[in-house]
Amino acid sequence: MTDDAPPPDFARWQPSYDTPPPGHVSGSRLERVLRQGHFAVTAELNPPDSADPADVFTAARPLAEVADAINATDASGANCHMSSIGISALLTRAGYGTVYQISCRDRNRIAIQGDVLGAAAMGVRNVLCLTGDGVGVGDQPGARPVFDLDSISLLRTIRTMRDDGVFLSGRRITSPPRMFLGAAENPCIAPLDWRPDRLAKKVEAGADFIQTNYIFDIPVFARFMARVRDLGLDRRVFILAGVGPLASGRAARWMRSNVPGIHIPDAVIDRLDRAADPGEEGKRLCIELIQQIRQIAGVSGVHVMAYRREHLVREIIAQSGVCRDRARA
Amino acid sequence: MERIRTFAVRHARAFEWVYVRFERALVAMDPLFRRIGYDRLERPVAAVEKLTKGLLFDCRMCGQCVLSSTGMSCPMNCPKTLRNGPCGGVRPGGFCEVKPQMRCVWVMAWEGAARMRGGGQISDVQPPVNRALEGSSSWLRVAREKAAMPGGPTDAPRDTIARAFPRARAHEPAAAPLAPEPLRASDRGVGR
Repeated sequence: MTDDAPPPDFARWQPSYDTPPPGHVSGSRLERVLRQGHFAVTAELNPPDSADPADVFTAARPLAEVADAINATDASGANCHMSSIGISALLTRAGYGTVYQISCRDRNRIAIQGDVLGAAAMGVRNVLCLTGDGVGVGDQPGARPVFDLDSISLLRTIRTMRDDGVFLSGRRITSPPRMFLGAAENPCIAPLDWRPDRLAKKVEAGADFIQTNYIFDIPVFARFMARVRDLGLDRRVFILAGVGPLASGRAARWMRSNVPGIHIPDAVIDRLDRAADPGEEGKRLCIELIQQIRQIAGVSGVHVMAYRREHLVREIIAQSGVCRDRARA
Repeated sequence: MERIRTFAVRHARAFEWVYVRFERALVAMDPLFRRIGYDRLERPVAAVEKLTKGLLFDCRMCGQCVLSSTGMSCPMNCPKTLRNGPCGGVRPGGFCEVKPQMRCVWVMAWEGAARMRGGGQISDVQPPVNRALEGSSSWLRVAREKAAMPGGPTDAPRDTIARAFPRARAHEPAAAPLAPEPLRASDRGVGR
């Protein structure tokens, strides 16, 4: 910018800070779809290793057609990529619904609370509170792990900011962040018996919606959901089950042993190994899983994590038929 | 030491029985502690507490003990220092994501809680640790908090935590303290 350039025009991008509709905490598209009782779809975006906004939009395009919100991961697996807040801000301003992911691994309570306000000011309306994978599995294992908060105290912190209009320090927030509060759950890994109780704790802490890790084991997930219904949690929180297309048996085995918290039954891997076209089989399996998950009472939607297979997401959702009950906006 | 923690969790019920009585004695001694001065007691009691709880629970002296709400499994031994665990990375058989040879501190916590009379407290949402209180005596803090008169003087940050985490405040007041802190209990000059 040169000295004789015109002063910046702040009015050009003037986002509204409307109060959400009655019965809503944020009014995000995801929240509205879920509260209307529709089967919701969210999808995970593979964040670019780039500073070019065009790369973000390229990654978002195949997801945008089917997703009610796009999750921008926060250095998942402790690997460094473009930040979740940056991606969320870009996509929100372009009109996409986003889920801003916050991992407790990299930032302390001061940074996180400030970022929540910043994200809300950019128009972000959904946030996913995560503990985060350990730094050891990532690309910079020598980093200092922070873990000042955990996912549950983070949920309660943002709920306090939103509903009581104060920081954890008690200082007042003049315009509180309107956020639809999300949390993760991992129904298919140890300790299986306690996972529903921990979900209850997340709901108690403030979770409005849940996105689970990958579900490849329907019987285990069905047992988890039965217990969730017994606890009455399905009436207090929207649960989106995590799914994704596996590329091959080898890729599945690699994920199982290198990505924390992933359970893939041997039968699934065998099926991919036997297939003539493993990629196609992985896609078919994903569609079948979505259809089976849809039949389980208490599930409100699916969260598609198609790492490096984002181009398949539209087809998977269309063929699974889960969105036939509504016209897409 | 994992072996210490396994023992504590296995005998969570017995430790609970002992601690309930020990805590009652601590609270009863509050007038005496006051007369001697909490500030004067802080360092010697913290030293004894560190030795005792180190041997029994592999305690890390966070100063805000919640063992009664975590099945007698000290959460500060979790590599992510989770106060509301376990995380989503637990390995098959209940092993730690970060240290694969170690049993998950929080899997052990839920096992211990199942053995305890008041084990249901594991469902309480715990606030983040006040890192300024690390190294101070949690025993003295419990005595101060449980003996304190209601409506005592508070400050906004601590009052906000206590209100935002009401069940932790009710069951484990050392995790969301409100009573004035002695000078030596904080390394950052808070809560004086």
